[in-house]
Amino acid sequence: MTENRATTRNIPWREQLRKSITNKERTAISRVHMHELDANYRNHNNEEVNMGLTLEEALTEAKRCLDCPNPTCMSGCPVSIDIPGFVKNIERNEILEAASILKQTSALPAVCGRVCPQEKQCEAACIYTQKLGKEAVAIGYLERFAADFERESGQASIPACAPNNGIKIAVVGSGPAGLSFAGDMAKRGYQVTVFEALHEIGGVLKYGIPEFRLPNDVIDVEIENIKKMGVEIITNCIVGKTITYEELKQEGYKGLFVASGAGLPRFMNISGENLIGVMSSNEYLTRINLMGASRDGDTPVLSGKNVAIIGGGNTAMDAVRTAKRLGANRAMIVYRRSEHEMPARIEEIKHAKEEGIEFLTLHNPIEYLGDERGHVTTMRLQKMELGEPDESGRRSPVEIPGAIDNIEVDTVIVSIGVSPNPLVPSSIQGLNVTKWGTLVVNDDLQTTIPAIYAGGDIVRGGATVILAMGDGRKAAAAMDEYLHSSNC
Amino acid sequence: MNKILKKAFFSSNVVYFEVEAPLIARSRKAGHFVLVKVGTHGERIPLTIAASDPVKGSISLVVQRVGVSSTKLCALNEGEYITDLVGPLGKATHIEQFGTVVCAGGGVGVAPLLPIVEAMKKAGNRVITILAARSKDLVILEEQMRANSDEVIVMTDDGTYGKKGIVTAGIEEVLLREHVDMCVTVGPAVMMKYVALLTKKYNVPTMASLNTIMVDGTGMCGACRVTVGGKTKFVCIDGPEFDAHQVDFDEMQMRLGSYKEIEREAMEHYLEETGSN
Ligand SMILES: Cc1cc2nc3c(=O)[nH]c(=O)nc-3n(C[C@H](O)[C@H](O)[C@H](O)COP(=O)(O)OP(=O)(O)OC[C@H]3O[C@@H](n4cnc5c(N)ncnc54)[C@H](O)[C@@H]3O)c2cc1C
Ligand SMILES: Cc1cc2nc3c(=O)[nH]c(=O)nc-3n(C[C@H](O)[C@H](O)[C@H](O)COP(=O)(O)OP(=O)(O)OC[C@H]3O[C@@H](n4cnc5c(N)ncnc54)[C@H](O)[C@@H]3O)c2cc1C
Ligand code: SF4
Ligand code: FES
Repeated sequence: MTENRATTRNIPWREQLRKSITNKERTAISRVHMHELDANYRNHNNEEVNMGLTLEEALTEAKRCLDCPNPTCMSGCPVSIDIPGFVKNIERNEILEAASILKQTSALPAVCGRVCPQEKQCEAACIYTQKLGKEAVAIGYLERFAADFERESGQASIPACAPNNGIKIAVVGSGPAGLSFAGDMAKRGYQVTVFEALHEIGGVLKYGIPEFRLPNDVIDVEIENIKKMGVEIITNCIVGKTITYEELKQEGYKGLFVASGAGLPRFMNISGENLIGVMSSNEYLTRINLMGASRDGDTPVLSGKNVAIIGGGNTAMDAVRTAKRLGANRAMIVYRRSEHEMPARIEEIKHAKEEGIEFLTLHNPIEYLGDERGHVTTMRLQKMELGEPDESGRRSPVEIPGAIDNIEVDTVIVSIGVSPNPLVPSSIQGLNVTKWGTLVVNDDLQTTIPAIYAGGDIVRGGATVILAMGDGRKAAAAMDEYLHSSNC
Repeated sequence: MNKILKKAFFSSNVVYFEVEAPLIARSRKAGHFVLVKVGTHGERIPLTIAASDPVKGSISLVVQRVGVSSTKLCALNEGEYITDLVGPLGKATHIEQFGTVVCAGGGVGVAPLLPIVEAMKKAGNRVITILAARSKDLVILEEQMRANSDEVIVMTDDGTYGKKGIVTAGIEEVLLREHVDMCVTVGPAVMMKYVALLTKKYNVPTMASLNTIMVDGTGMCGACRVTVGGKTKFVCIDGPEFDAHQVDFDEMQMRLGSYKEIEREAMEHYLEETGSN
């Protein structure tokens, strides 16, 4: 792989391109700014906030990349995308070629370009950040640019698939892990069926992440491509309930990939958490994104004027920005650590602030109070300060004795994390789970049952799209090998 | 997309559907439910699987018209399709030969009670069914209940049919008269609360099937949460049946009212739009 990359780096056009501008000139270019919808316009509609780069901007940004002999950015990427390879193709205006390099590694570049925490991954490892003390090459923006360019050009290539080998493979869940696994197995000639419990395809990409961050058409195009590769997707079918693993085996499925995600909401188990108006971020976002509440859906949603979101991750940011869009006067993030420890993408925090979101950091809810009809009216917040670093290296919050704030709320959205969905693990005998409920897998993502592989959040707990996607691809390669060696 | 094979009216507000769903027909057990969505923008509503025919590949649903979503479903005809239907969900009812079982249902709980009555009877229990309604024209499924019960007692609030009084009066009459091994109750939360209080007094184990608000039905959202024995439980995966003596019915009742205003307005709007009544 690396060797291959080194040789591509030495091909003539790339050498020429490197020499065409000096590194000094390259590093003198300042990082591109993403065009965004105006904060006061976007905070009451669902339009995508980031508008993408123009071709000219992309060409210029691509020039900043030094095409390093030892590209540290790649080591920051969980799936080792050939970053200089695609960026240099943008620089020489071969955008479709850039997209095709992305697709060699990432099944969903248009999605990852939008939702990956680049500032903690590739861009954190870019030489600009590491050595030059400058802003990193905008790798994420360029990734999105190349993927969008390809999609909008209508020239997206459907990957060539090996002839159908007649071997049936089942996939549980149509999130990024399931979809990327399905695509890769189809390429290898397998006959793949994806079973999805919900009525929509896409997992968290559809029911969780709002359209102002990830428009549905972007995902739908990817889904269409996977279908064109011959993958069958069956919605409204719960593996373990509607159909069991035993039945799938009887129907001739030779392998199963479990990509059922980490869909179970956690609550804090504090007093008043079952009051009307208190709900999980999963419920809130599902009602709105999946069911169309507040738009064209019959499903209602409670979204009031004083909305508090408990948590500091991407899900919390999505929920709070949604609450603002649904007309909240006060939309607040309540987080027990400081902003520095927030797990959300930096861009989401920035966008949230621009949109008028309040941040109550170093605050932790201890109780909710309600009126006589059971509607939440007040949250009681314990103020915190930062203490010593804990095992995760983050400084852990400690209570400031007696410092309690009462804040008026009519909606509280609890977004403190998710647990793996136990439905599949508990329905298949012989599948081992960890004490966190995640599936036990070996390095090849094989579970304790040889014909069953697993990946994404069901193995990692709530993680990221890129890791889920990477797992899907890795499991496909491993299962392919397993099926060949076991001769079926 | 699931095809409606048969539709019949049990009363003006209660519709029986037989729907194509081969996989569910094969795997469902008494007490399981499905989530049903009508139209692309429809709501997902839970409905108990009343019966199934694995050979024909169909399941039956008994739907009571209460709000927009159930009304939209009831408006569908034979040969038409239900947009989305998923299941079987929940844990199956604990069915065994208990001896004498009292099954008490009222309001929205009568339809989901029917498969339990049937299964209890099939398991060899002596089944006494108590149906409660405000007045005569709201009594539903009486005939179907009679076909599967050793005795049916109908209670109406206003005495227009059966005996006058609420459901607990009917149960107490039985409890005073004979030994009862098990009680099952499905209905409005307040009703189940009083049933539970009564059977607790008589030390009769009681199972309540809770009909909370749901969204996904797979444990993903927590909309269906209730407090049972001081712990938060999700009705869609931990239930729908729980030990009635442990359930916090006041909280459940409160939570059922979460969307009351919105639901009422939606229904008025829908009726205006469709010009029906
Ligand atoms: C609101 C929100 C915002 C996020 N933002 C980001 C972000 O900005 N960047 C980022 O990298 N990550 C983000 N994440 C995390 C990321 O979305 C997940 O890590 C990723 O989606 C996991 O992919 P997956 O394929 O493992 O599972 P999922 O996407 O959860 O998909 C699992 C699918 O399996 C289905 N399923 C479950 N059980 C069954 C069954 N028994 N039978 C059939 N189907 C079943 C589910 O219905 C679901 O569709 C966010 C998550 C949320 C909730
Ligand atoms: C596990 C389970 C099984 C069920 N099985 C059946 C069944 O077999 N047949 C059937 O007809 N119904 C059943 N229900 C109830 C059914 O799901 C609701 O009646 C339906 O969701 C109402 O939707 P709607 O939009 O028509 O009415 P809404 O607009 O949601 O409600 C209209 C009015 O009915 C009241 N209401 C709604 N739902 C309930 C409820 N669950 N309990 C008490 N009052 C309620 C509301 O407060 C409101 O006043 C079941 C519910 C659950 C949780
Ligand atoms: S580290 Fe930065 S400059 Fe070097 S190849 Fe990667 S993106 Fe380009
Ligand atoms: S209905 Fe969503 S968790 Fe039960």
